[in-house]
Amino acid sequence: MAPWNPRMEEITPEELQRLQFKLAKSLVYRLYSFNDFYRRRMKEHHVHPDDIRTLEDVAKLPFMYKRDLRDGYPDKIFSAEQNELVRYHVSSGTTGKPTVVGYTERDIENWSESLARGFSSCGLGRGDVIQVSYGYGLFTGGLGAHYGAERVGATVLPTSVGNTERQVELMQDLHVTAIACTPSYLLHMGEVAEKMGVSIKNDTDLRIGFLGAEPWSEQMRGRIEDWLGIRAYDIYGTSELSGPMFTECAEQQGIHIWGDLALVEIVDPATGEVLAPGEQGELTITMLQKEALPMVRYRIGDLTALEEDACACGRTHPRIGRIRGRVDDMLIIRGINVFPSQVEHALLEIPQVGRHFQIVVDRKGALDSMLVRVEVSEEAFSDKITELMVIKRKVEHRLRGSLNVGVDVELVEPGTLPRFEGKSKKVVDRRSL
Amino acid sequence: MEKSYIVKQISIFSENRPGRLAAIAGALRDAGINIFAFSIAEADGFGVVRALVDRPEDAHRTLTDLGFRVSFTDVIGVKMRDEPGGLSDIAALLGDAGINIEYAYAYSGKDEAVLILRVDQVEDAVRQILDRGGELLKASLSR
Repeated sequence: MAPWNPRMEEITPEELQRLQFKLAKSLVYRLYSFNDFYRRRMKEHHVHPDDIRTLEDVAKLPFMYKRDLRDGYPDKIFSAEQNELVRYHVSSGTTGKPTVVGYTERDIENWSESLARGFSSCGLGRGDVIQVSYGYGLFTGGLGAHYGAERVGATVLPTSVGNTERQVELMQDLHVTAIACTPSYLLHMGEVAEKMGVSIKNDTDLRIGFLGAEPWSEQMRGRIEDWLGIRAYDIYGTSELSGPMFTECAEQQGIHIWGDLALVEIVDPATGEVLAPGEQGELTITMLQKEALPMVRYRIGDLTALEEDACACGRTHPRIGRIRGRVDDMLIIRGINVFPSQVEHALLEIPQVGRHFQIVVDRKGALDSMLVRVEVSEEAFSDKITELMVIKRKVEHRLRGSLNVGVDVELVEPGTLPRFEGKSKKVVDRRSL
Repeated sequence: MEKSYIVKQISIFSENRPGRLAAIAGALRDAGINIFAFSIAEADGFGVVRALVDRPEDAHRTLTDLGFRVSFTDVIGVKMRDEPGGLSDIAALLGDAGINIEYAYAYSGKDEAVLILRVDQVEDAVRQILDRGGELLKASLSR
């Protein structure tokens, strides 16, 4: 597929590295001069912008973590004034506090540019109709994909998530050719369509899927492509980077990370040491051009590796392989990031249940389900079933409110939930991808 | 005087899975506690086992020590004739007295049948039932 921005996408690796160095150096100077948080962080690490003399020197800079965003809530580490911002997105944080991401006009521009390159590398363009079935709103998925698709000249059908039967009808009636959503939602849509007597493969014009926001496998890709008669491409991003930002190209050989926008490092999760291409480690990204919320050596927590060989598509930028897992205990439920610590935090505010819990994640049909098992506290135990059901619904309501994802709650007998800290027993993930 | 008819029922929270009733009943057996009556109320994944026993305090302690969530609930036991129409008479009496039943279960014993009731205004219900000629189980039956 022809590049969207050939001058940039087919830049030589040497030129790209020179550009990255320039961008990194000016980013560091800018942050050192104008961003109190990052200047303090650099001073603590005894590093000065003058110490960045080569691209490799970026490794001297301190890392950033999710907790920095949480501690900086809502906008303490922003590098732009509110009147320079054109948008906020908000994602749930690791505990009670959410993470706010601000965007300048330029940030939205670069985000759209990044996705425009990705979308067009898979053959999306003018004449296509793309159904965006990611959630619209505080979540970045819907609006992110929307802007990227408009940029390449496609017609956007902003269906968001839910009302699946209507989505299938619209897919047929408006001759939708592409879809952006989570892989599990697309499988669900396929099942709903079959119940309606519609075969996505034979009765619709769908030919491309941009699937992401949750882990999936090559096996799942094969199933989706065969069953639905489409080409399924991986799309990657997190709200801290902007949102869904990078995709595979038609070669399906890893996700192209546009080097003029993002500098990728794979680091050893334990030591922070930079690893060589091909070695599995934690994805760490420096956003080279982001204005409102700068991200320097941000430890995303996803495990992957840099691809070593050049892509057959001719694009010269680095690629990462499939996400192999997480360095922490983050779960992804229907595309939404969930940390067990959020559940813990929410339960502390509900006196009717104890602080111990267990999360059971499963996949019912194509969709994830999350069950949280909690113990009824002594004071709250009532002989009346109706009162117990009120407690159950209250916990469900509170968890849904703080996690942004529907949760079933099961009341269990005291003392039956695992007591010790640790992921192995607190989270039971029965999904197979 | 109403108080002497208020019976202490033990209520036990139980997950809805095989073996839980056996665990409760086994614990009471080992403690030598006799169960007069019991019922199970079931909801979404859990239930409440309710029982009248001869030594409610001991039963409470025994089950709590085993990790069960246990509470006492005040109930009353209305005696019924153990023959056709027995329940009908009592139900009519309760209806006339305007007593709202939260839940009920019954047993038919050696000497009589008893309808066990949980109501909102327990002392008021006792008075109403006695005034209308109903007969109630004495709390002293269980110690």
